[in-house]
Amino acid sequence: MAWYSKAITEKKQQIGSFWVKCKQCRSHIWQEQWNENLWVCPNCNYHGSINAFQRIEQIFDKNTFKELFAGIGPVDSLHFNDLKGSYADKIIANKKKTGISESVVTGHGKIHNIAAVASIMDFRFLGGSLGSATGEKILQGANYAYDHQLPYIVFSASGGARMQEGVLSLMQMAKTCAGVARLNKKNVPFISVLTNPTTGGVTASYAMMGDINISEPGAVIGFAGRRVIEQTIGEKLPDDFQTAEYLLDHGFVDAIVDRKDMKDYLGKVLAYYNR
Amino acid sequence: MTPVTGEKILSNPIKGTDSKKTTAWDIVKISRHPQRPVFQDYLSLVFTDFMEFHGDRYFADDKAIVGGFARIDEQKIMLIGHSKGKNTIENIEQNFGMAKPEGYRKALRLMKLAQRFNVPIVTIIDTPGAFPGLEAEERGQAESIAKNITEMANIEVPIVSLVIGEGGSGGALGIGVGDKILMLSNAIYSVISPEGCASILWRDASFAPDAAEALNITAQALLRLDVIDEIIEEPSDGAHSDYNTIAAKVKDSLIKNIKDLLSNSTEELLLKRFQKYSAMGKFEDSL
Repeated sequence: MAWYSKAITEKKQQIGSFWVKCKQCRSHIWQEQWNENLWVCPNCNYHGSINAFQRIEQIFDKNTFKELFAGIGPVDSLHFNDLKGSYADKIIANKKKTGISESVVTGHGKIHNIAAVASIMDFRFLGGSLGSATGEKILQGANYAYDHQLPYIVFSASGGARMQEGVLSLMQMAKTCAGVARLNKKNVPFISVLTNPTTGGVTASYAMMGDINISEPGAVIGFAGRRVIEQTIGEKLPDDFQTAEYLLDHGFVDAIVDRKDMKDYLGKVLAYYNR
Repeated sequence: MTPVTGEKILSNPIKGTDSKKTTAWDIVKISRHPQRPVFQDYLSLVFTDFMEFHGDRYFADDKAIVGGFARIDEQKIMLIGHSKGKNTIENIEQNFGMAKPEGYRKALRLMKLAQRFNVPIVTIIDTPGAFPGLEAEERGQAESIAKNITEMANIEVPIVSLVIGEGGSGGALGIGVGDKILMLSNAIYSVISPEGCASILWRDASFAPDAAEALNITAQALLRLDVIDEIIEEPSDGAHSDYNTIAAKVKDSLIKNIKDLLSNSTEELLLKRFQKYSAMGKFEDSL
């Protein structure tokens, strides 16, 4: 039996390395084609999750992105333990899994030769949750943009505030928005790109505060969780509820931009900034 | 974020010097005690000459957030607070203190009004959370809270925020970005309700007492974490046991804090507020 299951596992791994199953239309796509298509399904345009470094490669001119504040990382200041163990252990495991120190990568670089500062969230790290170190990096990015009068772009991908840091994570909403408020006051542009998913405390802070809010197609964007709302109102919600398209209809995002067009779109917007 | 409609608890849930240690969950229960003084009670016991202003100018008047000019003794202020009801009828009208976007937008309008008139702002926080409903999402619950949090950073008059009962996550923070954050000793302030946290991380809402402990939601814990600035001690049986005593203490503290803040220039005030929120959180920097 052992040899059999081992063979199956190996076969699955082999298949897994060649084929990707689209989460939306469930069709099988060649891994190579999937990668070339920027992790977007060629059949149904489903925008798959990408990590911060893949995003940076897609958006910034080659070799222009310089990471800032890379040493900032989380600590388990509340000694938070739940059923699955300690937050401290989760931090170690997530660092190992992702190779990054927090759920966001901050830096500066060039987009079609225009300088910009950016923070790029990475959903792989604890669901992109907003912890103290995440908030610190997003604020430091805003401060860097403020000091250099460079436009600031935040790419969000987050389940919301990080419960394991209690109110400290809630306060990151105020902290990051304090940075955005300073940019507003000095008329430094802030562009928010909301990718799948952007929910909870991240939506209710910097992600909704873009001078321009942009989203990728189909991204889930909302405040309260879908199930919580269904429980509150006692009925099923429409399928398109809390999607980028729903938010566009209701006036909360300026544009929905395909991943393949995102760099050009941002470059065009940035070109309008006369400082 | 489910509304809590008055869980039956003993009239003397804790005794200050009792042998039994007060747990975070005990404090959660006191913070939600059906007889606990709410905004309306402080309105009559601490403030005078309340001039209520209605509406967000866009959609409606949200009764879950109430605001207007008021005085504390001679001090003129703008008073804004979550309003929970004292009974079921009031609670339904005020939506258990769970505000919708129009509530947050009214609050911001009144904060700007306070800036125009150059009077300090007092915000009173007592909400299970922002209302998690279809129409709230449709009208931009997230945007309304985000906007308040951002704009409060630039409001050019002092802001004192006081948590009197439940400080429910973004719904609390939406009027909570104060220069000073005060808490009653049996109030709570949390990123998520203990029940919500338990159902996610413990996969069972009945672990709420464990979640309450882990989340560090009590005034004592939050003072230690540098999130709040001051604790107003309640009578040993809780604020509901003696309205006049707690109201007097609230009044003294508000007067003192407003006076302190008014000694700053506008530039100093805004710089200190920025520094205060910049310093929130604990992290490491290995470089």
